[in-house]
Amino acid sequence: MVSAMEIYMLLPKTNCKKCGLPTCMAFAVGLLGREKKIEECTPLIEEKKYEAKLNKLREVMAPLESASETGLIIHPEKCFGCGNCVVACPVNVAADPTHCGVGLGPQSDKVILKIEDGVVVANNLEECKRFGPGRVLCNACTATCPSKAIEFV
Amino acid sequence: MTKMAICTGCSLLCQDIEADVSEGRLSKAKNLCRKGHGHFQASFSERTSPMIGGKQVDLNQAIARAAEILKNAKSPLLLGWSNSTLEAQRVGKSLAEKLGATIDDTSSFCQDSLMESILSGKLPSSTLDDVRNYADTSIFWGADPSNSHPRHLSRFSYYPRGEKRQKSYEEERTCLVVDVRMSATSALCKENLYRVSPGGDAEFIEAILSVLEGKIPRVGDKKKMIELGTLLKKTEWGAIFPGPGLLYSLQGNMEILERLLARLNEITVFKVVPMVGHFNTRGFYELLREKAGHVNRVSFQGGEIAHGPEQSVMAAARSCDAALIIGSDPLSSLPFGTAQALARLPLIAIDPHRSLTTDMAEVVIPSAISGLEAGGTAVRTDGVKIEFEPILEPGLPADEQILKRIMEAI
Repeated sequence: MVSAMEIYMLLPKTNCKKCGLPTCMAFAVGLLGREKKIEECTPLIEEKKYEAKLNKLREVMAPLESASETGLIIHPEKCFGCGNCVVACPVNVAADPTHCGVGLGPQSDKVILKIEDGVVVANNLEECKRFGPGRVLCNACTATCPSKAIEFV
Repeated sequence: MTKMAICTGCSLLCQDIEADVSEGRLSKAKNLCRKGHGHFQASFSERTSPMIGGKQVDLNQAIARAAEILKNAKSPLLLGWSNSTLEAQRVGKSLAEKLGATIDDTSSFCQDSLMESILSGKLPSSTLDDVRNYADTSIFWGADPSNSHPRHLSRFSYYPRGEKRQKSYEEERTCLVVDVRMSATSALCKENLYRVSPGGDAEFIEAILSVLEGKIPRVGDKKKMIELGTLLKKTEWGAIFPGPGLLYSLQGNMEILERLLARLNEITVFKVVPMVGHFNTRGFYELLREKAGHVNRVSFQGGEIAHGPEQSVMAAARSCDAALIIGSDPLSSLPFGTAQALARLPLIAIDPHRSLTTDMAEVVIPSAISGLEAGGTAVRTDGVKIEFEPILEPGLPADEQILKRIMEAI
């Protein structure tokens, strides 16, 4: 996963404030949090000398485009289907305490994570604690994954 | 149509599987782990057909030929059984008695010493449901359940909330791994990984025992060992899950593990829950122990029960003159010398899937897959009996029916 520092290194680093943010570092964090778009950095797009940096930036940002609204990325090829995340997710447990809570597969449709065909799938992302502006940086699903099949941007 | 199924992919026998089966195919499955999903999917590929000497025949001919081989053999070996239902195992045991054969399972040099200690009550054990409800410390010793029993941690040992453990892994449970290497499971409890050198488990147990006595341990990181001692003393209800890593390292020396458990149980409650591999390994152990007094490696030759290393598959492969192999692939999984000795015998393979053993066998008898195409009873790794119904149309006879027909023909 790309870090804010890596993104910063690919920006003009002039702190020109044309994007509306005070520094390029702030813009890098904005890009990573997907509140800002690359196009908002006009010098990077317009000035020829930044072309190589722009291409590299688009390259490193490409995997982030597959992330969901909450920044969740699932790598199904890495998933064991163990269900640790399904049982650990606090929203899952609240939505289906009699199944998810005690380690069984969910029966409710309101859960976020469930195991289908041997791998984890995510639904109802608006219920996730990471959704929306008042988000909480919960990491129950990523911390309990034995194979790093779940990541957050 | 969605059906509730039981997964026979490993010894946890997960009961909450929802399988959509249409036109004899698995179109969607919920709650199956990757291993279980592979097990279900495999039922549609590489299936066997009845064969004698590599030529396709009909089922009756194959069964008749199998009966003939067994009848003419002086000391046949019946091997496998861990992937068969209790009902089939019962018939298998009767068949062994009738033939005066040697009967052994697939784990006769690994789990059996542990299971003997547990079934004889020398090691305290409990069900996995108790682990979920009460355990605050789970120790995976020489085991990597994330790979071998993928839903172990999420269903029982670490993540679920139980009766007395409502705060579960967040506050109340601790998970420890003792292993020679980093594993997927050890990644989940980083600070609590205790590395031992290969074969160093007995030494490590001694070190724990001395820490519990308040002495400074001789091996390992002393500070970390003292922390471990404190953690074990503070435990209210602990569970140890010994995997093949520990059992191979102890080489049948269960006395030291029994000593550790006895000492731990003086301080607090500690249980040992085995982690057998195949779905009904424990069923076979319990059945044979009840009927013949030993968990495996039993010979009924001359109407007398004999038990010992000469009855294990390693020795019997060299001394027997025919072998029936059911639900297992010893030619791939056993050491080369034993596999080579087995391959020279006239083999009868009862298996739903093609394997190296079925390729080398004189007689191949296809069977229904237990749990998917055949119902029955199995014993979970912690000793809970679970009954199941088939979810697919059985096109083939079950293990039990095949064995009964072989018995009748002898």
